[in-house]
Amino acid sequence: MEKKVFIEGHDAIAEAALLAGCRFFTGYPITPASEVLEYMASHMLDHGGTYIQAESELSAINMIFGAAAAGERAMTASSSPGIALMAETFGALVAAQLPAVIVNVCRGGPGNTGGYSQSDYFFHTKGGGHGDFHHLVLGPGSLQEAVDLTYEAFDLADEYRVPVVILADHFLAHSMESIKYPVPKTALAPNDWAANGAKGRSPNRIMISLWNHDEVERMTIERYQKYAQIAEKEMRYEAYRAEDCEVLLVAYGFVARIAKSVVDSAREVGMKVGLIRPITLYPFPYQVVGEAAAKSKAVLVVEANTGQMLEDVRLAVEGRAPVHFFGRYGGNSPSQKEIFNEIGKLLDMGGSNKK
Amino acid sequence: MKKVFQKPESMTDVLTTLCAGCGHGVTLRLIAEVIQEMGLREEATAVIGVGCSTYGLKVFNFDSVMCAHGRAPAVATGVKHSVPDKLVFTLQGDGDFAAIGTAEAMHAAARGEKFTVFFLNNGNYANTGGHIAPTSVVGQVTKSSPTGRDPQIHGYPLRITEMLALQEGVAFVARVSYHNVASIKKAKRIFGEAFEVQRAGLGLSLVEVVSSCPSGWMLDPLESMEWIEERILPIFPEGYLKRPVAEEKQTTRQNKERMR
Repeated sequence: MEKKVFIEGHDAIAEAALLAGCRFFTGYPITPASEVLEYMASHMLDHGGTYIQAESELSAINMIFGAAAAGERAMTASSSPGIALMAETFGALVAAQLPAVIVNVCRGGPGNTGGYSQSDYFFHTKGGGHGDFHHLVLGPGSLQEAVDLTYEAFDLADEYRVPVVILADHFLAHSMESIKYPVPKTALAPNDWAANGAKGRSPNRIMISLWNHDEVERMTIERYQKYAQIAEKEMRYEAYRAEDCEVLLVAYGFVARIAKSVVDSAREVGMKVGLIRPITLYPFPYQVVGEAAAKSKAVLVVEANTGQMLEDVRLAVEGRAPVHFFGRYGGNSPSQKEIFNEIGKLLDMGGSNKK
Repeated sequence: MKKVFQKPESMTDVLTTLCAGCGHGVTLRLIAEVIQEMGLREEATAVIGVGCSTYGLKVFNFDSVMCAHGRAPAVATGVKHSVPDKLVFTLQGDGDFAAIGTAEAMHAAARGEKFTVFFLNNGNYANTGGHIAPTSVVGQVTKSSPTGRDPQIHGYPLRITEMLALQEGVAFVARVSYHNVASIKKAKRIFGEAFEVQRAGLGLSLVEVVSSCPSGWMLDPLESMEWIEERILPIFPEGYLKRPVAEEKQTTRQNKERMR
C-alpha cells in the first residue's frame, strides 16, 4: 500500500503481522497489550485464520507452539507479567526449533506493576527461560520500525527456526503515528519439517526432550552456531551523529527517541553528543558500540530500568571509555531534561573543549 | 504360509522400556491398530505430554509433537486449528491432565475443540518414581503419601473426567480399563468411536484409560489387575459418560463395520 495511515502502535503491529501471513493469533487480555488481541479479534477471521482468546498466557503460548509445530505462522502479544508466565514454553519453542513471533508490550516489574518500562531487557536477551539459549530480540524505536520489524519477524523466525521477540513498550503501542504498510505476503513456502500428517514422507517428530548428553551437547553447539550466523547477517543498529562525539549515548526503543532529541539540543549548544541505538538487542552490536565508545570521552547509557543494557554496553566498551548510567524505574521514563543534565555533569567532570 | 497377524505400519520397531505389567503398552498398541484400520496413519498427529506417555513418541510411526507438561490440550488446539482435516489426539497422564494441565483440559473442553484426548489414569506419577496423583485413591501409599492418601493432607481424588463431561463442547466421554481381556477389547472399540466423533466434527472426545502401574503401586502385575477392580473402578467406573445422541447409532455402526 502506498498510502500513509495514521494509526495507534498496537493496531499497526497487529496489521503488520496479518500482512506477513500470520494466520494464528492467541493471547490473554493484559494491559497495555490487550488492543493487539482486540484487533486480531476483529480482523483475523477476515483472513481465514484462527483467533482464540486463551484461558491464560501459559495456554496461549502453548497454542502458538502447536500451531507452529503444524506449520502455521503464529503470534502472541502480552506484557511483562504474562510474558514471564510463558518462560518454560519459550525454551520449549527453542528446543523444538519452532518459529514464532512474540510481542512484549513491556510494562515493568517485578509483581503486578505497570507504566513505562524497559525492565524486560535481561529477561529476553539473556535467555527468557531455562537452559542454554537466546531469542532473536528486536527493539523498535518508532511505529514504522515496529511495523517493518513485525512484518520481517515471521520470515526471520522461519528462516532460522527460532522464536523472535518484538520488544515493544507502552509508549510505542499507545502512540499514534503515520506509517506505511508493506505489501501483503502471498505464496508462503511450506516447510517440510512440520507435524501435519506424514503423507508420502517419514514421520516428523517435534521434540523437546532428549536425554543423551552428547546428542544434546551437539544440538546446543549447533544452536549457538546459528546465533553466530544471525549475528553476522541480521545485526541492526542506528548511529546518530556518533562519528565525532565526546559523550556517546546508548539507548533503545522509545527512550532512544527521547535521547535523539537530546543529541540535537546538546549539539545546538556546542556539546558533542551522539547516539548508538541498538535495534537487534540480541544479537547485540558489541563491535559497533565498542568502536564508537573508544572514540568518545564518556558513554552514557539511558534506560527505563536499573541498568540492564548497561551490562552489554560495558562488555562492548571493554574499559576503553568510562561508562555511566542514567535510569528511571517503577513506571517512569527518563526525560529530555534529565538526560541533558546528566550529559552536562559528565562534560564538566571530564573537562571539555566546548566553546 | 499366510500372514494372519503383524504389527501395524503405524508402529515402529522400537522396543519400549515400559515396565512389566504397564498398561501404557496396551494403549499405544490399540491406538496404533485403530489408526491403521481406519487408514489414517498419514493423517494423524499425536500431541504427547510429559510422563510415561512420552514413550509414544518412539512407538508411533506417524507425526507427533512433544510438548511441555500439562499443555497438550493447548498445543493440540494449535495443531488442530492449523490442520483441521487431520486426526489430532493427545496422550496424557494423570499429572499432565488432572494436575498441572487442568486449566488447559477444561478450556479445550469449553471451546469444544475437535480433537481426541486419551487420559491415561494410572493413579500416580510413575515417571518421577511413583508420587501421588489427583486420581490416586484414598489410602493409596505412594512416595509422597507414605502413610496412604489422607484427604486432610492430600485432598480427595479429582473427578476430572466427570467434570469435563458436563461441558457442552464435549461430545464423547468414556472410561475404559484393561483389567481383563474383555475390557481390553471394549477399550479398542471405544478408541474407534472417539476417533469417529472427531471425524464427524462433533466436539471434544475424551477417553480415560484406567491403566495398571505395578511400579508406581508397588504391586506385582496380577495384584495390579486386582487393585484396578477393587480400588479404582468403584470410584472411577467404566462405561460411557457422554455420547452424541443423534450420531450415536451411526458412529457405533461405522465402528462395528470397521472391526468386522
